[in-house]
Amino acid sequence: MNNIEFEAVVIGSSAGGIKALSSVLSALPSDFPLPIIIVQHLHPQSDSYLAKILESKCKLKVKQADEKETIADGMVYIAPPNYHLLIEDDRSFSLSIEGQVNFARPSVDVLFETAIYGYRDKIVAIILTGANHDGGVGVKKIKQNGGYIIVQTPESAEADAMPKAAIAATDVDKILPLEQIGSFLLQLVNSSIKKRFDKYNNRFSHTNPSFPLKN
Amino acid sequence: MDDIDIQNIELQLLLQAIYLKYGYDFRNYAKASIKRRVQHRLSKDGLESISAMQKKVLYDVSFFETLLLDLSINVTEMFRDPKFYLALRKVVIPHLKKYPFLKIWHAGCSSGEEVYSMAIILKEEGLYDRTQIYATDMNEIVLKQAKDGIFNISRLKQYTANYQKAGGQESFSNYYTAHYDHAVMSKSLKENILFSDHNLATDGVFGEMNLIMCRNVLIYFNRDLQNRVLGLFSDSLPNDGILSLGSKESIRFSAFSNNFEDVVREEKIYRKINTDKLTK
Repeated sequence: MNNIEFEAVVIGSSAGGIKALSSVLSALPSDFPLPIIIVQHLHPQSDSYLAKILESKCKLKVKQADEKETIADGMVYIAPPNYHLLIEDDRSFSLSIEGQVNFARPSVDVLFETAIYGYRDKIVAIILTGANHDGGVGVKKIKQNGGYIIVQTPESAEADAMPKAAIAATDVDKILPLEQIGSFLLQLVNSSIKKRFDKYNNRFSHTNPSFPLKN
Repeated sequence: MDDIDIQNIELQLLLQAIYLKYGYDFRNYAKASIKRRVQHRLSKDGLESISAMQKKVLYDVSFFETLLLDLSINVTEMFRDPKFYLALRKVVIPHLKKYPFLKIWHAGCSSGEEVYSMAIILKEEGLYDRTQIYATDMNEIVLKQAKDGIFNISRLKQYTANYQKAGGQESFSNYYTAHYDHAVMSKSLKENILFSDHNLATDGVFGEMNLIMCRNVLIYFNRDLQNRVLGLFSDSLPNDGILSLGSKESIRFSAFSNNFEDVVREEKIYRKINTDKLTK
């Protein structure tokens, strides 16, 4: 399916996004191995209710990202309303109130561009429903750096501008109807994790063929 | 080592060059935001690499001034986070009324919107005439804007709504004069505000304060610089002095956590406590 061992999932969504995010996250098991980092456009003065809603719809832990927080595997992080969410080289979060990007704060582009600093090519980026073109620049840069891009089919999106902008911005890897995105993500990540184990197995097979995993 | 590693080296060198030539110290800023803004300036100006930008920064002062504005984030609004200002009015102001004379420091005041917000609250609460406000920023261009107190009229509708949500009872238009597309803040708000150049990364304490406001500034700093600045604040406050940070900032994971207690936890309003007692 691909040759990358993924280490993070980033998702951008806007109008209609809460329903779409619930659909994707509900397809994932409680031991999903990667962090999932989400920018959903929200009203600037909305509270942290989004994390609670999403947590009730899936088996993963969901929280609002904190400033300087170290990103942990298997967690779902939401950008706080009215702040941009950025990822540092050391895989921790930064926040910023610099001006709106694509009329949005948080902006999908800001998250995606800085995800490259922390995760290089080991990123799966997903663009879901949304009524503006935020995320286009971000997917282009992630793709240029070797990451993997999944976009919701514009026809299955409540608002199709964001998926269309992403598809126009770069040669995306997969365009899927909403209900297939979660299970595809799981399959993609599992195959990437399996590769990591295979590599590990092969490395030790010269000295001890049965180490560390028995067939 | 790939291109991203090389860019990280180039970025470090650029920040070092800026510091050595101009004295502005971004070396302990959180990197992601700086790097992103440098990259955007790079593609905007068609420069081929951060190294090329470094040369330009060293030899072209006007280019540096452009970059300085890129790097220092100057986005603010009046009564930003109305809930915070409501808490300020209800909880902090009664505490401040105990003092015969007040000193308030707005550290990193940017173009001054939050300073004027404070001045309005102090006026309405009858504290303004016994208060000296120090409003500081490292960037002289935004400091000049703050001093002028002239804001784009298009934002006044939102500021008015914020003011009302923050517990404002008056007509907000009492505080400014509309002039074409600008709103000029009332002179009476400026009388007790001293605008001055101060860099949190390199400058020291300049007086004892009753209240320090530093909202959405620390988020741009790394842990070391955050600790330096919080140390500066701790040294500038007497016992019972108030420190207020941005709603996503916290003193709890810093080296100075034990010097402060919560006043309004969710609004990040802290009170300095008597640390002598703690060590006994």
